[in-house]
Amino acid sequence: MQALFGQLLIGLINGSFYALLSLGLAVIFGLLRVINFAHGAQYMLGAFVAFLLLQYAGIGYWAALIVAPVIVGLLGAVIERTMLSRLYNLDPLYGLLFTFGLALTIEGTFRYLYGASGQPYAPPPLLSGGTNLGFMFLPNYRGWVVVVSLLACLGTWLLIEKTKLGSYLRAATENPVLVQAFGVNVPLLLTFTYALGAGLAAFAGVLAAPVYQVSPLMGTNLIIVVFAVVVVGGMGSIMGAILTGYMLGIAEGLTKVFYPEASNIVIFVIMAIVLLLRPAGLFGRDA
Amino acid sequence: MKPLLQVKGLNSWYGESHVLHGVDMTVGEGEMITILGRNGVGKSTTLRTIVGILRERKGQILFDGRDMMGVPLHKTAHAGIGFVPEERGIFATLTVEENLMLPPVVARGGMSLDEIYELFPNLAERRTSPGTKLSGGEQQMLAMARILRTGVKMLLLDEPTEGLAPVIVQRIGEVLKKLKERGMTVLLVEQNFRFASKIADRFYLMDHGQMVADFPVAELPDQMPMLHKVLGV
Repeated sequence: MQALFGQLLIGLINGSFYALLSLGLAVIFGLLRVINFAHGAQYMLGAFVAFLLLQYAGIGYWAALIVAPVIVGLLGAVIERTMLSRLYNLDPLYGLLFTFGLALTIEGTFRYLYGASGQPYAPPPLLSGGTNLGFMFLPNYRGWVVVVSLLACLGTWLLIEKTKLGSYLRAATENPVLVQAFGVNVPLLLTFTYALGAGLAAFAGVLAAPVYQVSPLMGTNLIIVVFAVVVVGGMGSIMGAILTGYMLGIAEGLTKVFYPEASNIVIFVIMAIVLLLRPAGLFGRDA
Repeated sequence: MKPLLQVKGLNSWYGESHVLHGVDMTVGEGEMITILGRNGVGKSTTLRTIVGILRERKGQILFDGRDMMGVPLHKTAHAGIGFVPEERGIFATLTVEENLMLPPVVARGGMSLDEIYELFPNLAERRTSPGTKLSGGEQQMLAMARILRTGVKMLLLDEPTEGLAPVIVQRIGEVLKKLKERGMTVLLVEQNFRFASKIADRFYLMDHGQMVADFPVAELPDQMPMLHKVLGV
């Protein structure tokens, strides 16, 4: 029983990261039609910026939770404006290749500077320790990760589904030329969207820093799974990406209890089945 | 009458294909103009080139005295030009009201939401439905209504009556008359000749990417033999 709840919690934690990351990927893909392979690198950058802020500027976790995503988001905006935006009129493959190259460059640079081994990042004192729930022991920080990532996902969903800015985003996803003819600065909207996606990835990275270690390769390991999540959820579906992230995290956790050998592949098995039965994904609209 | 839109020697291209071959036209403030012509002569392209959706263009477009050739697409509406595309462009992922509120207000003098709902009661009833759940006629009303909110001076309308039932076509005609009373300038592309003849002040006849004739509605009876020849109506 202990093991079941323990693995469920780990599944929920992993699911939180899957959800945050696949959400950003889905937002970017929906509007820019770019498969952002740099997403894992942006997640890693978030963790590293938090680590460097603490190391060199004495800026702690709470401030880093805001500052790191802003820095990575701005960096994303610069990349979109100066480089990525030049590729929109070409085959989508160019965007994919560009972001893939970008990811390799960023990760290679950090591996050169900091080595492949991870750096520890302590959870904030307020959230250290744990709580005994009776049926299981809950580390406080992990409980915080689950709650705050759920809030971030819901906040992003509300932004896109319920605000004026969100209506521009949804409309521009359907027909960017017409939205621009209505007087909306769509190129700026694209920049904002890429920055938002990169910022979300960095936010997940800061959250992950105390759970995993801060390492140049932390994104590489995660991003493949996250792509599987996006495929299962359905490309471009916001709520689909969030729900699928949590579902697959939990499915992975449960597999660790009942058949640990399969836990590394269960997500990909689910992906294969979904692709066979519903090629557009669980929440995707048929193209 | 003070000219609002002046187009001179306008050429445009879809990639390799040269569609407009020197279009000349003038639209006065408050005028309702209809462009007639057979399928594929460049009527829709004329509208899309004036709006700036088609960027491969040469020639002159003056709107309200301002040179529009270098103006980026997202600034065209702010200059005062509103566009309703042929396919209507209603967004499926937006509710009726979100569709209505989507185009930014560019100037004073547009209709308020209440006025719009008064003019189009169907839209008020369905304000929370997804935009594409509306009937074709309602979608056309919505496509026009959302531009009326923005306060643009001129409306470019691409085949508003296409595929709609006669009773809806009549309704669109009434709406256009109301707009005219409010001083809106309208440039209309229309295949429905009977419809156009009832509302337009003046006609341009288009053939092979050029304007080949231009006459006011009063001369329509005299022009009929020529129209029969060019349009095949």
